[in-house]
Amino acid sequence: MSHLSTRALRARRTTPDDGRQRGIISDLERRRPVTRVILICVQGAVLIGLILSGLMPLLWLARAAVAPSQDILSDPLGLFMNPTFQWENLAEAWTRARIGDVLGNTAIVALGTTAATLVVSFSCAYVLSVLRPRWAPALNVGIMVTLFIPGVISLVPLYLTVVKLPILGVSLINNYAATWLPAAANAFIILIVKRFFDAVPRDLVEAARIDGAGPVRILVSVYLPLSAPIAGVVALLTVVASWKDFLWPLLVLPSPSRQPISVALAKLDGNTALNVQLAAMFLALLVPVLLFMVFQRQFLQGAGMAGAVKG
Amino acid sequence: LSRWIAHGGLASVLLALPAILVFGFFSWWPILRGVIMAWQKTNLVQAPTWVGWSNFEYVLGNPLLGQAVLNTLQFVVLSLVIGFPVPIVLAILISEARRGKAFLSALAYLPVVVPPVVAILLWKVFYDPSATGLLNAMLAPFGIGPFPWLNSTAMAMPSLVIQATWAAAGSTVIIYLAAITGVSPELYEAAELDGAGLWGKVWHVALPQLRGVILVVLLLQIIGATQVFAEPFLFTGGGPNNATLTVLLLIYNYAFVYGDYGAASALSALLAAALAVFSMAYFLLTRRASR
Repeated sequence: MSHLSTRALRARRTTPDDGRQRGIISDLERRRPVTRVILICVQGAVLIGLILSGLMPLLWLARAAVAPSQDILSDPLGLFMNPTFQWENLAEAWTRARIGDVLGNTAIVALGTTAATLVVSFSCAYVLSVLRPRWAPALNVGIMVTLFIPGVISLVPLYLTVVKLPILGVSLINNYAATWLPAAANAFIILIVKRFFDAVPRDLVEAARIDGAGPVRILVSVYLPLSAPIAGVVALLTVVASWKDFLWPLLVLPSPSRQPISVALAKLDGNTALNVQLAAMFLALLVPVLLFMVFQRQFLQGAGMAGAVKG
Repeated sequence: LSRWIAHGGLASVLLALPAILVFGFFSWWPILRGVIMAWQKTNLVQAPTWVGWSNFEYVLGNPLLGQAVLNTLQFVVLSLVIGFPVPIVLAILISEARRGKAFLSALAYLPVVVPPVVAILLWKVFYDPSATGLLNAMLAPFGIGPFPWLNSTAMAMPSLVIQATWAAAGSTVIIYLAAITGVSPELYEAAELDGAGLWGKVWHVALPQLRGVILVVLLLQIIGATQVFAEPFLFTGGGPNNATLTVLLLIYNYAFVYGDYGAASALSALLAAALAVFSMAYFLLTRRASR
């Protein structure tokens, strides 16, 4: 059944991966020597430009993370030729700047957000796409309308809501749930899971129903086994988004023992030796970049889906 | 009732409950409360009181507001001038590569996965205003600079925009790339029969086919750039001399520095109202596209 799920994922415009289809330039044009030379030059320029702008800053950070502060300040461009390596920067960032603890906090924030987002989006998408009770359209509109309301309107009241939850009257400040739950109210994620469920053939549901399976059984035994690819994309998007988040954890996790990496780095700025700060930034970068290198295809799929929804 | 349960009514409610709860507590109620609070005086101790339009009057009377609006507009316009054409051109060029398309896309997307705080603090080092600063040292061989970058009122905002574009362009490139792949090759063939050259195919076939996506991305860029926060907050704190003070920074200061939640809500409501035009256009466009 896995071909079903991959087809559903590829349903619209995803990243190209084959040379079979022609693009703007025809094969005939490609054979002309002039076009070929120009094409090679332009593509070489694109490659070099992307390496210089996309890769070099991060490589520089990796090099500067293990360099002496004076060298970083006096000759930043010469760092790549510099023979001095200060590996102790990393150890100092890990222990003295507490990056080890802070990365642990970040992992708690990211994994909790992912779990909450998966539960909310899968159960909700199942109701909207498959069960479709009479009130489903109203719920659908209520969720989708949040896509179109500028986030700024709810920043301050959301903070006050977390300070004292209505009805329950408890405060979630310095509680990790304050980062998990608001992020789970994500209309875009629900939309892409719902579209994925929409592409699953109805016959499967009917067959299971005839076998006497109830709604929950159908979710668990028909939909969830098919959902690994979309769950992967959702998990990656959520982990990286919460790894990147800055303003919200700054507000709701003020205690230094709870701070995730972005908040801790901003606090380091200006009162730590430059090389230790850069080492801390390098350590902060490792997890998202490694995730991206391993799951490149899923990342680009997720980004392409954003386009399919937006277009 | 038992029939309703047997028909899965109860299961639907229970399965929808997580979404209804998180949206209710953390999305619908805060949005509503934000509108209400604009007309209230709220602190965390006493019950809120209605104060009419006085929050709006107070916010609009702030002498810094005009500057913040102009700065925000400057940020938006500059990020469109730099950040709008670059991804389209890049996406078209990458889409025409025969080999290494995946590698080029990955390179373009790489900055997007960098946490903004890391990216901003890294660019802060690049923007070192001394002659030995990284960017100044790079430009020196061409006889340009050294520039004061973030330290000058004229250059601070463009410097913020350059970093913000670096950080965001990759995701736009991927969106355009996906859309270009969806253009049917027959259209190019038809254009060729009509005698169209390379430029003609880009201008008269590819770009018109991408019109919908381009428009939506443009709207989202405007909406996103207007709510810029991390860049001015971390790069400059709004300085030098308020040159990078944005509307969102003002809102942050009202709420989280001065504790004036009413004023912050009033300004948020004004900003959201200004963005409503773009939100409406975005809504209509996506609805038409999904029909």
